[in-house]
Amino acid sequence: MIHDQADYTREEESVHEPLLSEKGEETVDVREKSPLSDDLIREELTLPAPSEPEIARHYTRLSQMNWAIDSGPYPLGSCTMKYNPKFTEDVAADPNAAVHPDRPDRAVQGNLELQYRLQEFLADVGGMDAVTLQPPAGAAGEFTGILIAKAYHEHHGNDRSEVVIPASAHGTNFATAATAGYDVVELPSGEDGRVDLEALEAAVGDDTAALMLTNPNTVGLFERDITEIAEIVHDAGGLLYYDGANLNALLGRGRPGDMGFDVMHYNVHKTFATPHGGGGPGAGPVGVTEELAEFLPSPRVRETNGEKGYERFEPDESIGKVHGFEGNWLVLIKTYAYIARLGDEGLADAAAKAVLNANYLAERIDLEVPYGPFHHEFAATAGERDAADVAKRMLDFGVHPPTTKWPEMVPEAMLTEPTEIEGQSSLDDLAEAFDLAYADVDEALETAPNRTAAARIDQVGAARNPRLSWQALEDE
Amino acid sequence: MSGSPYAPHTDAETAAMLETIGVESEESLFDIPEAVAFDGEFGIDARTERGIRDECARMFARNDDATEFLGRGHYSHYVPSVVDHLSDRAEFLTSYTQYQPEISQGFLQALFEYQSMLVELTGLPVANCSMYDAATALSEAATLADRVRSTTGDVVLVPEHLREGKRAVLENYCAGADLTVEAYSMDDGIADVDALADRVGDDVVMVYAENPTLRGCIEENLDAIGEVADDNDALFTLGSDVVALSVLEEPASAGVDVVVGEAGALGLPTSYGMGLGVFACREEHLRQVPGRLVGASEDAEGDRAFTLTLQTREQHIRKERATSNICTNQAWVALRAAIHAAWLGPDGLVDLANDCVRDAAALADRIDDLSGAAAPVHDRHHFREFAVRTDQPAAAVADDLEKTGFLVHVVGEHLLQVCVTDHNAGRADDLVAAFGEVI
Repeated sequence: MIHDQADYTREEESVHEPLLSEKGEETVDVREKSPLSDDLIREELTLPAPSEPEIARHYTRLSQMNWAIDSGPYPLGSCTMKYNPKFTEDVAADPNAAVHPDRPDRAVQGNLELQYRLQEFLADVGGMDAVTLQPPAGAAGEFTGILIAKAYHEHHGNDRSEVVIPASAHGTNFATAATAGYDVVELPSGEDGRVDLEALEAAVGDDTAALMLTNPNTVGLFERDITEIAEIVHDAGGLLYYDGANLNALLGRGRPGDMGFDVMHYNVHKTFATPHGGGGPGAGPVGVTEELAEFLPSPRVRETNGEKGYERFEPDESIGKVHGFEGNWLVLIKTYAYIARLGDEGLADAAAKAVLNANYLAERIDLEVPYGPFHHEFAATAGERDAADVAKRMLDFGVHPPTTKWPEMVPEAMLTEPTEIEGQSSLDDLAEAFDLAYADVDEALETAPNRTAAARIDQVGAARNPRLSWQALEDE
Repeated sequence: MSGSPYAPHTDAETAAMLETIGVESEESLFDIPEAVAFDGEFGIDARTERGIRDECARMFARNDDATEFLGRGHYSHYVPSVVDHLSDRAEFLTSYTQYQPEISQGFLQALFEYQSMLVELTGLPVANCSMYDAATALSEAATLADRVRSTTGDVVLVPEHLREGKRAVLENYCAGADLTVEAYSMDDGIADVDALADRVGDDVVMVYAENPTLRGCIEENLDAIGEVADDNDALFTLGSDVVALSVLEEPASAGVDVVVGEAGALGLPTSYGMGLGVFACREEHLRQVPGRLVGASEDAEGDRAFTLTLQTREQHIRKERATSNICTNQAWVALRAAIHAAWLGPDGLVDLANDCVRDAAALADRIDDLSGAAAPVHDRHHFREFAVRTDQPAAAVADDLEKTGFLVHVVGEHLLQVCVTDHNAGRADDLVAAFGEVI
């Protein structure tokens, strides 16, 4: 047992690093220095002016107050916190790849080639016919996919106003549909945690533009009735959208394109292990069937006819653009490097080990897991206990806790996704952290965490009295 | 190699784990009906690390070795080494959204400091911790305008000179909110305020202007644009970038309601258009802000601590009523921009921005001295970039320049655009010489 029962009286002084502004600011008289006339410029600029050694210490100190995958287990459900291979950083740092997007095609053949090859990789992995790399995140990929569905319906003279989304879906699905101008029809989960075919029949109709589906769903269950689901949606004239958040579970064993999905996004920072960067940048490429390829964003990349090379082109009925340029290029390079490193067998093994790990961990913990059989993630329930409190207590045992209180179909949910990167002993430690926290006394749960840089943080107070800058703190 | 190099399981471990679970094989853990199971191959051969590094290096070497004098929304300034070395610390790079603030204080504080830097640069009290890029930030401003303006209108007014790609993104977001995008005309590179005033009415929810403008001109009429917008109850949104904001008129004092634009001008090298979207606004729109906000609070010990806040605006809580669908954003790029800004300090930022004015003017003058070219085309002050009128067709001139190793924009039949920063200023003499040869 590596986790001693953590004492729930605080042992250390809380850790603190002053704001850069508290280390000293300087004010520059802009009018004195600028070649421009006063009416075009600001009077002065006041910002911190630390030395480089001070900067190094400041950010190093901050980094030491930040949990990360390289710190330890990070089984945050639905976020897929895989290890980010170091070499991909070096591949992306190639100065020859650091070019301006407005270069003519002939001057940027190397980038176009990688884009083309990555489009092909992703099309193969998803069972899709054509891919765009432009969307800069998963939610941007969803938006792109729903715009494509909208353009498709409009092109065929259909005015459809609704997008159907299971209640258990990611919040982004609902927000995306609304951003694209659709009404949302929420589909209640069936008793087994999956899509209820009768409810689906009732929900879809002439107004249905698309059904957005995550598969395996957000508690890790494969939608076994996917063929019937696709038939129902297609019979109503709607399209089937695949949310790629959980594609990592299917790699090499199932492809959205083979299941009847028409359009999908890939979360490369989940499935293909590009760094999450504290909340991005990610990338959300979108794949479509041949029928939808003409609606993809502009530009796409293809091989040139005749002479060897690559070129950009605008699809005939393109929806236009979803990012000002070519998306999150540096992330896309890392995606290519990861897929190439793993290859067919590595990708399939990543999925197998992710599913193995989730099932092993679920078996080892004392908490109940109401829905199964699950794949790469599972939603345990904290039962009578508050899942958020259990999570805070887990922090004291040296792990990042799961996603809590979501999805709502599981009461006091702890959505757990260890990914393939943990070995057996690491999972045993994680299980111990779960069980110790879950079994702890109320007082311990309510006062946790005790061994972290900060004690429990008052989130209600933060929202009630928003202070969003050092200027706001100085004004107090 | 048969497995993932990043899964640590030995065969014995795998067997032991399967036994604990009570199944025979990994295969039996998958619940995928046969009818939709995939048993084919992608045909992707696994490579070694070294093999991939060589392969990608070979690919990228196929990009021409050219000196770029390119801008128009994607700018390159020298990024000091300290930015790479600190931002690449794994504690930053391999973390995610700060859902557990007690173990994420470092990134939260860095983002809080980034927000604070934008507050100083814009004069506006609220800045979020990133959008994807300038185009998506502008789009989010338009949907915010739609939510906060009580006018019955549905028109977003944008400058005639607006990057096509940016407008295309804006159109996509506007379509979902039943907004339409219309352009107002420019007068010699900056906004034509009279034309704008004539156009703005009840039907306009937002007026958008840029400073500097797409042609690189410093906007002289910010206050007047602000008045026009205000008189008509339209939201005034300004597009800029963090280097330009270091010296140009403070947006808040010109009546700007929302500042969008690029912060990737700091912290990001040229990266094929990858960006960092700025979003800053007035206090009254706080609860309508898209994206993530970091706030200061206290922990149970009474010590200052940081946390994501006002999350009820966001998609994971508010679903279809969220202020935006954004989840993953550009947090790590924001960290990089903040480190770069700290390294420059206010003095360095102002010097860098002043160089953007001086270098553009100097280079334009030298090109203007050549016969066959006139620059700058617009009789304005410029920031980083300017238009050049060529006697010969611009495309032919650009092609010839490319053959001598220089890339510039073609923006009209006889119009080029040239962007100069500390990234390429050292090659300005060579560019002028090349110009002299080809025109």
